Amino acid sequence: MIVSTQKPWEEILGYLEGESSIFILGCNGCAEASGSGGPAQVVEMQQKLEEAGKKITGAMTIDFLCQKALVKSRLRPRTEQVTAADSILVMTCGLGVQAVAASVNKVCHPACDTVNMGGSRGEWKGDERCLECGECLLDYTGGICPLTACTKSLINGACGGASHGKCELDPDKDCGWELIYERLKQKNQLDKLRTFIPPKSWDKMRPNPKMHSTALWALEKRG
Amino acid sequence: MGTGEEGLEEKDKVVLQSKLEAKKFAITAEVGPLKGTDITEIMEVAELLRGRVDAANVTDQQSSVMRLGSLAVCHLLKEKGLDPVFQMTCRDRNRLALQSDLLSAHVLGIENVLALTGDLPTLGDQPQAKPVYDLDSVQLLWVIKKLNEGYDMVGNELKGKTNFFAGAVVTPEADTEAKRELQLIKMEKKIATGARFFQTQAVYDVDSFAKFMKRVERFNVPILAGVIPLKSAGMARFMNKNVAGVFVPEELIDKMVKAEDRTAAGIEIAANLIRELKDICHGVHIMAIGWEKKVPAILDAAGL
Repeated sequence: MIVSTQKPWEEILGYLEGESSIFILGCNGCAEASGSGGPAQVVEMQQKLEEAGKKITGAMTIDFLCQKALVKSRLRPRTEQVTAADSILVMTCGLGVQAVAASVNKVCHPACDTVNMGGSRGEWKGDERCLECGECLLDYTGGICPLTACTKSLINGACGGASHGKCELDPDKDCGWELIYERLKQKNQLDKLRTFIPPKSWDKMRPNPKMHSTALWALEKRG
Repeated sequence: MGTGEEGLEEKDKVVLQSKLEAKKFAITAEVGPLKGTDITEIMEVAELLRGRVDAANVTDQQSSVMRLGSLAVCHLLKEKGLDPVFQMTCRDRNRLALQSDLLSAHVLGIENVLALTGDLPTLGDQPQAKPVYDLDSVQLLWVIKKLNEGYDMVGNELKGKTNFFAGAVVTPEADTEAKRELQLIKMEKKIATGARFFQTQAVYDVDSFAKFMKRVERFNVPILAGVIPLKSAGMARFMNKNVAGVFVPEELIDKMVKAEDRTAAGIEIAANLIRELKDICHGVHIMAIGWEKKVPAILDAAGL
């Protein structure tokens, strides 16, 4: 499974600055098991956001947010609630945030950081790839991960190597940054590209030692 | 330029920075170290370039082909009386090595750094290499600024700070809206994090470059247009097909095809470009790629 932890409250609130209506989406899969974005955390998040003055147009969990077909079909009956929101707060791993951002024409904010438990565990068959870097950047990049979509994992914008929208490494591979540009343009968020992203803290890729005392840890590691 | 004594005096001048700050037209040329320890060729080139260019860029394992290092060659050029530009890519070194090499460069008297992301190792002669890219070019500029202020990138105080004149690169030609906008936004970010001059990818279409200059006018930063002398029509076609951001117009390719003396034609085309560029930007950066010894002839033909 993919392990995620909730981002600090201030960081989440910062993403939602200037927005008044939010739709909250949690995941009944790994995020529920991680205690970062299951039904309980969605309820808690709704309360906290309402206390912070936000209007919640709707809140729900789906199993699993990493499956685009499922996301689209489960959100269809909720179209009105989603449309009424300024953005969607997605409480799950980097795969789920990317899948939701690709499925819905709405700004999607990540509420979690995905951490790496060492190596890779199984393979997700969708297009989205999460590096499990522990410091999710999807808020800046329209829900497309620059670490996995860009061959050089550049986080402050494209190199000069793309040709007709394709990566210089492989003429069949789209330039990740051109995809990010088009996505941000579609969501009217091109200003995000001007943000300077400081060097990443790769030490965050490893799970926080606090997690060692959780039930999840016990079940995953010693189960 | 003449005697050894004059060379020594010149050593202490930061030629490129003062030239650009005085808003005078600057000339830089690229020196590419070879694979191995034989520096005969480099020293001959240095001798020819001294007094003719304001600074010499030394490439950092260009095209991801393993070669003699930029830092050592910058030091050799400095000793020869040239003002070197230390090209530094993020491809092969993590943040510790980048910061440490910057301190080393300062100690060796190197004043200019050009921050680059770097080509993918996959495209070089040792594609088996693990790419690093711990930092990107924007972050590297930010790190250089911190070192200049007397701190490392996490805020620890340095005993003795650096004093770099930092530059960056930009690709003026774009084949998609996304690429054009991404280049401009990244250029803006590079300026915000400390880039004080820019050198560009090779320019062959002066009208198109003039449009680019118009768009970046508001940034108010000196821009040195890249010039790569054409050696043959085949080289031009190869670059059009394989080098992102390089566009050689058919008219120039035709000139090369019809030329009786291809070398003379290549020099003439480069000189013409430089003459035309002189009115629209702040300098030229000549990337001779093997033709370094012809740079004085190109400058003569351009009247510089």
